[in-house]
Amino acid sequence: MLTILFDGIAYGMLLFVLACGLSVTLGLMNFINLAHGAFAMAGGYCTVIVVNRLGVPFALGLPIAFLVTAVIGGLFERTLYVHVYAKPHLDQVLFTIGLVFMAVAATDYVMGSSQQFVQIPEALQGQFNVFGIGMGKYRLLIIVICGLLTVALQLILTKTRFGSRLRAAVDDQRVARGLGINVGAVFAVTFAFGSGLAGLGGALGAEILGLDPTFPLKYMIYFLIVVTVGGTSSITGPFLASILLGIGDVAGKYYVPKLGAFVIYAIMIAVLLWRPQGLFARSAAR
Amino acid sequence: MAILETIGLEKRFGGIVAAHDVSLAVEKGARHALIGPNGAGKTTVINLLTGVLKPTAGRIMLDGRDITALDPHQRVRRGMARTFQINQLFLDLTPLETIGLAVSERLGSGGDWWRLVGSKVAVTDEIVEIVERFRLADVMHERTAILPYGKQRLLEIALAFACRPHVLLLDEPAAGVPEAERHELLATIAALPAEVTVLLIEHDMDLVFSFADRISVLVNGALFVDGAPEDVARDPRVKAVYLGEEADA
Amino acid sequence: MIPLADDVSAYLKQRARWSPLEIAFWIFAFATIWLFPGKYLIMKDTAILALFALSLDLILGYAGILSLGQAAFFGIAGYFSGLVAKYGIVNEPVIALILGGLVAAALGFVTSFLVLRGSDLTRLMVTLGVSLMLGEVANRYSDLTGGADGLQGVTVAPILGLFRFDLYGHNGYIYCLIVLFVCFVIVRRIVYSPFGLSLRAVKGNSLRAAAVGIPVKWRLVAIYTISAGFAGIAGALLTQTTAFCSLDVFSLDRSADLLLVLIIGGTGYLYGGLIGAVIYRFLQDWISTLTPQYWQFWIGLVLVVIVLVGRDRIGAGNEAVRNTIHRLGMRLMPRPAALRGAAPDRT
Repeated sequence: MLTILFDGIAYGMLLFVLACGLSVTLGLMNFINLAHGAFAMAGGYCTVIVVNRLGVPFALGLPIAFLVTAVIGGLFERTLYVHVYAKPHLDQVLFTIGLVFMAVAATDYVMGSSQQFVQIPEALQGQFNVFGIGMGKYRLLIIVICGLLTVALQLILTKTRFGSRLRAAVDDQRVARGLGINVGAVFAVTFAFGSGLAGLGGALGAEILGLDPTFPLKYMIYFLIVVTVGGTSSITGPFLASILLGIGDVAGKYYVPKLGAFVIYAIMIAVLLWRPQGLFARSAAR
Repeated sequence: MAILETIGLEKRFGGIVAAHDVSLAVEKGARHALIGPNGAGKTTVINLLTGVLKPTAGRIMLDGRDITALDPHQRVRRGMARTFQINQLFLDLTPLETIGLAVSERLGSGGDWWRLVGSKVAVTDEIVEIVERFRLADVMHERTAILPYGKQRLLEIALAFACRPHVLLLDEPAAGVPEAERHELLATIAALPAEVTVLLIEHDMDLVFSFADRISVLVNGALFVDGAPEDVARDPRVKAVYLGEEADA
Repeated sequence: MIPLADDVSAYLKQRARWSPLEIAFWIFAFATIWLFPGKYLIMKDTAILALFALSLDLILGYAGILSLGQAAFFGIAGYFSGLVAKYGIVNEPVIALILGGLVAAALGFVTSFLVLRGSDLTRLMVTLGVSLMLGEVANRYSDLTGGADGLQGVTVAPILGLFRFDLYGHNGYIYCLIVLFVCFVIVRRIVYSPFGLSLRAVKGNSLRAAAVGIPVKWRLVAIYTISAGFAGIAGALLTQTTAFCSLDVFSLDRSADLLLVLIIGGTGYLYGGLIGAVIYRFLQDWISTLTPQYWQFWIGLVLVVIVLVGRDRIGAGNEAVRNTIHRLGMRLMPRPAALRGAAPDRT
């Protein structure tokens, strides 16, 4: 059972890295970006190409995935997304669903529809056996990397000037602008960074989640669950929500295999019934 | 007998006390004005009365019955309606449809889904009566969004009136109305039936003193002075609150 | 001089009268039975999609509820009608259809309370979640539902005991068209009723709606339930006419496509779903012949372009066309003098 806990935590932290960019985007610009999963997919495929085909070591493959996806994210933001911010939510949903469809079909065309695997170095394969708990080496790596990222994110958010500008802009855009904070620039950087994180998550997660062109559609709902349950006003909210959902999903699939994802949908609906703004949101309605 | 009464009404938002121990009594048929400096909590009181906000403490009695726990639409059924300081209208509907809605709801047929709008004679008769009283007949088929502000303001009041309330709460009805359209508005308010009790929030002192038979002054969320207009006008404390301590005696 | 009250009453009732354009639309729709004999299957699909889109228009266009989960109701009635046909529980398709609609409406009622709370995003998530959850449940009970292979062995009895479902889809199409028309008439009646008017008020300004005595929550529950029922009828129609039902009735794809149909056709005027369904099917057919595998890409592109160009601009263009046609219609059928000065109906 502890192995399940371990796996669940790994899965949860992976979800967190994937979803936190979405959380900040939603909290910052009140923008529902359903295409977030496409950036994760991009990161995954980037690593596949770079590691499998170009022979770049895995350790380098991860940061490359981050950078490439961050650049793509930044470009898309400045050229496409910026036109859609002011539009009603329905339009944002339609727009990003359209982008997802395009990304999925394009990936299918270019890379084929079969599942792709990243060549993981020998050192990361297999398990450690600690006190009778089987800890997969790869999953351990995920926990370590994601844990470090989470700490780094929290530090950036609370200890840097950029972080405080970001928090100000999330709290109240108009006032932040009035204080001279360049909200547009803050958002561009944040969006790029969040997309980069998604790409990194996609690269890390290819092994566990399975990478194929339908990835954004399959996992979009998971990210959205994290964001809806965790709220958008902090890092800790989505973090805890991700862990909760990660453990719930792994445990659910192990103990009640055929109902699979049923468990996390049920958790989400239960949480939203109890607290419609998410578990950790401020009481101010968004 | 007071038709509308609040007993020790209190509203806190975290550490901020927006309303403190507000005990107000509005007599039946009264023209009661609630005045006070900006930020005194007047709109908070209205929101508490209508159920948009839930009080931290205290009770609200309408017609002798406790309505503190009721939802806004239930209070309307009991006979209390309000207007909003900033127009809250249905921009895509016409005045005719808007008033028709309120009348329909009140007569209990708002939920009918098998009938056509306009098929009940009682409803259409009443719609017409209200439309004419509020001088909206010439614009009743226009979309609300394109009406001039003065007409929108009239519609705002007409809509509340269409609920045939026993108590009508008017939140700054003259706010933002251009000079040219004020006369029509003020005349309409003056012509409201005597049996409807009116609680009016206003900044416009001319309107207040010409209209009200009783004035309550709210300052920093608490009731300051309460009495007949002449007494309130002469009260040095009221002058101090509005004009500052160096007011002439 | 006509007294104002009569004028008002006549005006209100006049708006609900069938315009010549509407009558022409339906005459043409029924004429397609004879006009396009080779295309029954695609037309039947379009009719079902139109009904499905109509159900979404009720909640999105008239009540303002953003939902990605209509597929839940579509699917549950689809499986229900398939199962009752397969196991011979209900042997008459029309009865099964109505029962399927009721089952879907019951689900709608139960889940409506979820939809009332929270923001747009919450609503999207919850509706989508319910839909996907049902998909998982259907997957779980695969001995009953056939799981990923779909519900097999469904045989549907003749309609009213008289009209057999034939291979060319002739009777199936007429069946769907008649059901669509009947449902449309009911929906139309609802929309022009005081209830329908109150929904538009709730959508426009729910704060003020409550302040004039409208029980907002209950109205929304009611319309959500009704809409679910119609979505269910569409789903049951699909199962009955194809003798098959599979897990993809619950998929995100289906809900997303539905949204697209409604956006193309326009919301809030009843015919948006119908027209959108026709255009969508044409688009789908045309794109499929060009690039059979990657048509999802082009649909995605259409969505992106529509949003970038601006839905209101498309809506305005849409409305301009409609107003022109409306004015043409006015000239064909002159209205009484008292009402000629009235503004054109914008519903």
